[in-house]
Amino acid sequence: MTGMVEVRKIHKSFHGTPVLKGVDLSVAAGSVTCIIGPSGSGKSTLLRCINHLEKPDRGRVYVNGQLSGCRERNGVLYECRPRELCLDRRKIGMVFQSFNLFSHMSVLQNLTVGPVTVKGEDGAAARAYALELLERVGLAHKADAMPSQLSGGQQQRVAIARALAMRPSVMLFDEPTSALDPELVGEVLEVMKALAAEGMTMIVVTHEMGFAREVSDHVVFMDEGRIVEEGHPDSVLLKPQHPRLQTFLSRVLG
Amino acid sequence: MQQLPFDDDLGAPVPLRPWGRWIGATVLILFLAAVIYVFASSPNVKWSAIGQYLFSRPIMNGLLMTIRLTAICMAIGIVLGVCAGLMRVSANPVLNGASWLYVWFFRATPQLVQVIFWFNISLFVPQLYLGFAVVDTNTVVTSFVAATLALGLNQGAYMAEIVRSGIISVDPGQVSAATAIGMNRSQINRLIVLPQALKVILPPAGNEFISLLKSTSLVSAISARDLLNEAQSIYQQNFLVIELLIVASIWYMVLTSLASLGQYFLERYVSGGPVMASDLMARIVQNMAPLSRRMVAR
Repeated sequence: MTGMVEVRKIHKSFHGTPVLKGVDLSVAAGSVTCIIGPSGSGKSTLLRCINHLEKPDRGRVYVNGQLSGCRERNGVLYECRPRELCLDRRKIGMVFQSFNLFSHMSVLQNLTVGPVTVKGEDGAAARAYALELLERVGLAHKADAMPSQLSGGQQQRVAIARALAMRPSVMLFDEPTSALDPELVGEVLEVMKALAAEGMTMIVVTHEMGFAREVSDHVVFMDEGRIVEEGHPDSVLLKPQHPRLQTFLSRVLG
Repeated sequence: MQQLPFDDDLGAPVPLRPWGRWIGATVLILFLAAVIYVFASSPNVKWSAIGQYLFSRPIMNGLLMTIRLTAICMAIGIVLGVCAGLMRVSANPVLNGASWLYVWFFRATPQLVQVIFWFNISLFVPQLYLGFAVVDTNTVVTSFVAATLALGLNQGAYMAEIVRSGIISVDPGQVSAATAIGMNRSQINRLIVLPQALKVILPPAGNEFISLLKSTSLVSAISARDLLNEAQSIYQQNFLVIELLIVASIWYMVLTSLASLGQYFLERYVSGGPVMASDLMARIVQNMAPLSRRMVAR
């Protein structure tokens, strides 16, 4: 089904240090999953493993029910060719903590460069859809601006629109509001809420407990490379069972 | 306690007088005048010869040859440099190693040796097999070809390091973002990394270009008829050594000045600012303004 993500027994080490130790995660199509946890717990690495920005050492990722980033032949797992990897990544949009807009391109070009070069879309059609997306994130009037002329909140909204321009079936958000001034967090969360309401499958690494409570269908708490507790936001955030989650929440919520 | 003033206009402070700069400028001008006087008053230099040879036919031919060599070698250098620079940051150990070896070898040997070596390549490869015919290497590798090969390959090695420094100056987040929207390696390099690296690459690349302009004079060693070689062959007949070296130097100065100017405009273009020659003039005028105002007041 479109938008479904299944992560199975993912392991990942960096220079011999294990960061993910066999993570399983199921994300239903059209649902919003928030991943919370202390820094260094492997949240971002898990997210980057889903679209293979980091290659998992072991384990599998399924997107829309299909094995992603690897191929299986006769029961053996093979690394993808770069071309196949690019095809798999198109299904997954990603938004970064530091926005990462292409700084030498205008806002509009940031949105059209993917569809035109990667998917071979017609330029005029790509521009039309890009303007529609900019309208949705409230930045149509900034189409010709350069990223450096935008505020952090505006840049992040453009980054969301850029990811959407590829028409992905899943969106990954890696701490999308952590680099923002407090008064700009709201505008980005609003865009994300609207996206969730439209039924986009979203996996969000976040420290925004309010957003997790209000918007997500599923909250995952990670610590030391493992998922320690997960479930409905009300149960995970309000009635935490695991002592480590209890300590984490008491620190975060003050 | 002093009474603090209360008024709409509280006055602007009179700027400091830059006495030190005026003294410095005076000393510098006097020094330059002295140097010029020493050279110009020398009875051993026939100044009229400079004017006589500056636009002479052999010098003009040599100038053209120098420009051609520089342009071709720089073109080779840019192509090789971009390839080797990209290879050097590649995750592929074979490409990486090959690029490292290339850069190491051409930076480790003197340019002059490389020039002479290519000119004598027939000692190692006496004949070239071109599929349909066998030719004597010496008929293919003329002094011009040898010079182009030597300087172009050398330039490529230095450009590779400059390109590499430009590439690693680009925020890795840009590559992550491009990868995430499904771009392949070559699209990322072409559309995202290299355009952003250009800003860092240009200033040292301009420096290399100017350096290459003068390095082309090494080819006189294999009697390619460049600017310096033409000047040399004239003074070997009339013994006006210094005069002709000055003639050659004037042209090198003209070329490097033009190159610097081109670099200035390229850098402005790449940094996205408006490209205006009047900017430079405006700044000079602005800096001169206080001085002229004072002179008018007097």
